[in-house]
Amino acid sequence: MRLAILDHGHGIRAKAMFVLIRIFSGHPVVDAVKLAFYRPSFYRGGGLTQEAMRGRSEWSVADRELMAAYVSKVNETQFCIAAHTATSSLAYNDGAKVSAALADLETAPLSEPLRATLRMLGKLTRENSVDADDMRGVLAAGASEQQIKDAIAVAFAFNVTDRLADVFDFAVDDLVAINAGAKYLLARGYR
Amino acid sequence: MSDITSLHSSLVARVLEGEGRASPETRRAAFDNEGLPEPLSTFVDKVAHRARTVTDADIGTLKKAGLSEDQIYEVVVCAAIGRATRQYQNALAALSAVTGRN
Repeated sequence: MRLAILDHGHGIRAKAMFVLIRIFSGHPVVDAVKLAFYRPSFYRGGGLTQEAMRGRSEWSVADRELMAAYVSKVNETQFCIAAHTATSSLAYNDGAKVSAALADLETAPLSEPLRATLRMLGKLTRENSVDADDMRGVLAAGASEQQIKDAIAVAFAFNVTDRLADVFDFAVDDLVAINAGAKYLLARGYR
Repeated sequence: MSDITSLHSSLVARVLEGEGRASPETRRAAFDNEGLPEPLSTFVDKVAHRARTVTDADIGTLKKAGLSEDQIYEVVVCAAIGRATRQYQNALAALSAVTGRN
């Protein structure tokens, strides 16, 4: 972590919670959690991320976790690629599908609405803008207007989180800890 | 359906106008990626467009210029939310242009 305050500057309640996390999970506290509990009155992005990732949607939780992994791949944010590849793989119970989507979107075994949506999110993330023709393409592939809005919300959450993970230099955990984190995100979410 | 509209508005208001160690003017300029003095200007542009290339030396430069870690933290959060907000609003506008609805 590049700022010492994000490692050691928490209040006493957060520090006590980190001790409990270490004891009960058997893993160190991941950097994303340290960020979430640093001065929560200032940033506190968890509520928005929870709504985007776990609120009611025609997209499944697995689909939205794949969107998070895909946006993170375009941003080249290693921490978030690892975390959300694992979470999406667990949610689909199909790691090969997630790997295929991240390796080559056009040939991966995905529904056409999801493929077109990921394509649009990739362009938005890479080029910072999309246009009406891009949206017509996603609608023509079968995604609903609301599904597009829901996907844009996921992209917002991860275009923030990826930047914070990169600038603050989140450590990429070992595979056992990443999979434990994925189970936690599916069971408890982002709050 | 999930709706982050009000959560987004309150998040932006909190980081720009809530209690902070960096001035509201600096936080707003970081959010907009516009009108900051050096070395903040170069740094915030990097956060917005090439976040993965930020280095320890970039943070060191800001500290040498007199910024505290909390001020740097706030500037980074505002810059990230600002960039993502412009992407988010662009995408919603592109969708509205097709559907005719907000």
